[in-house]
Amino acid sequence: MRYSVLQILRQGLTGNRGWKPVWREPDPKPHYDIVIVGGGGHGLATAYYLAAVHGLTDVAVLEKGWLGSGNVGRNTTIVRSNYLLPGNQPFYELSMRLWEGLEQELNYNAMVSQRGIINLYHSDAQRDAAARRGNAMILSGADAVLLGRDALREKCPFLDFDNERFPIMGGLWQPRGGTVRHDAVAWGYARGADRRGVDLIQNCEVTGFDIANGVCRGVETSCGAIRANRVAVCVAGSSGRVMGHAGLRLPIESHVLQAFVTEGLKPAIPGVITFGAGHFYVSQSDKGGLVFGGDIDGYNTYAQRGNLPTLEDVCEGGMAVMPMIGRARVLRIWGGLVDMSMDGSPFIDRTPVEGLYFNGGWNYGGFKATPASGYCYAHLIATGAPHPVATGMRLDRFERGAPIDEKGAGAQPNLH
Amino acid sequence: MLIDHPLLGPRDAQEFVVLGDAGLIDRPDRQAGDAARRFHEYLHLRNNPAGEHRELWFHEQGDRSWLVVTRDTLTHEILRVELARDVAVARGRDR
Repeated sequence: MRYSVLQILRQGLTGNRGWKPVWREPDPKPHYDIVIVGGGGHGLATAYYLAAVHGLTDVAVLEKGWLGSGNVGRNTTIVRSNYLLPGNQPFYELSMRLWEGLEQELNYNAMVSQRGIINLYHSDAQRDAAARRGNAMILSGADAVLLGRDALREKCPFLDFDNERFPIMGGLWQPRGGTVRHDAVAWGYARGADRRGVDLIQNCEVTGFDIANGVCRGVETSCGAIRANRVAVCVAGSSGRVMGHAGLRLPIESHVLQAFVTEGLKPAIPGVITFGAGHFYVSQSDKGGLVFGGDIDGYNTYAQRGNLPTLEDVCEGGMAVMPMIGRARVLRIWGGLVDMSMDGSPFIDRTPVEGLYFNGGWNYGGFKATPASGYCYAHLIATGAPHPVATGMRLDRFERGAPIDEKGAGAQPNLH
Repeated sequence: MLIDHPLLGPRDAQEFVVLGDAGLIDRPDRQAGDAARRFHEYLHLRNNPAGEHRELWFHEQGDRSWLVVTRDTLTHEILRVELARDVAVARGRDR
């Protein structure tokens, strides 16, 4: 069923009895051409683009829980393409363009809201770095505006410009950045994939891989063995655990990133704002709650919950940049598992096992990458070659001395 | 999380900085023939288990000792705390 205003009117006048479930719930077949492990945003996007762009529909998506039960529903919904390095920025700009056409393409309301993102700077050196980053963004076809203090004050008069320790000198503004309703992204891609014939199989956990002579021929699951010509893993947060079944060690650690939401407030914050001197980012949801976050907790964990010292640290960052939020009460806290790679950049690559593909290592940034991740992963699986904007996202890049070291800090698993 | 420091007793994890996998104690021999590969594995392919994990914590806001903490990454339960020096000496390092 195609969604439209006309459809809403028709259904409204007939008692809303005609709405159908958005996707089927099929039993798995014994064999598929392609099996995607992980029914989150990236897995569903991959399935969608395999079907929509490459015409491959003998595809199953296997999900341990329910569709979109992982990180796609646990992030702070920010989309942006304000990276620096050639290995990253063109990829994220492709993602931004896909976001801009997503709702029309999927015929699904994902509430894409390009309300802008501003990264604050607090020193001369940071301003120069922001100008350089802005130029890199413009070179990749993205948009960037360097705001001085006065221009920023017009947009965000509530910032603590004269903070004693970290005075705010301005910000790098990407007007096309913004937020997207994260659950709707998973549902929209799921619906699009299902309509093209992809089987979405929920409550089906992958417990092993059928590997013989270095070739992957299928997966063992909690609902039986499923054979496949190609197996594509897409389980960021649990990558180490799942790829361990295939005997692979990854340059990834699993960490927890916490997010926080306050009670609903009147509109106050115009877009996404990030603190340049500490780690704090905030936006205001359409319901009025402030959605914010900061650093990861810092220790390896699979627990999907963090500790209070991180909450304190994040709130201190918030108070340093906008003291007006000090009296807002935090309503909800949650944690999501993130794959922290050793250079803060992701992987979309084949593995040493033939027929087994890997997508993961998304650090803090998986949500904004969802469309391009699916698009490039589908391209790799369908054609056997990496998409031109994702050629650097290789698993062996550390061994070759070719990391995509966005922060310039060397190998450590707490970058983003 | 409370870390039961072998010398100081239970201390809040907030006083510590975590470095990660305790495998970092076993620095490879830089003169080995395959040193490049071994350093790649040492630096980039760290243990990341769901369950018991041995990791290095530094008591920065305390006595500045390095500890090897054995912790369950599924529950955050701390199972064992040793001085990293003792662990390193037991593994054949001179300090």
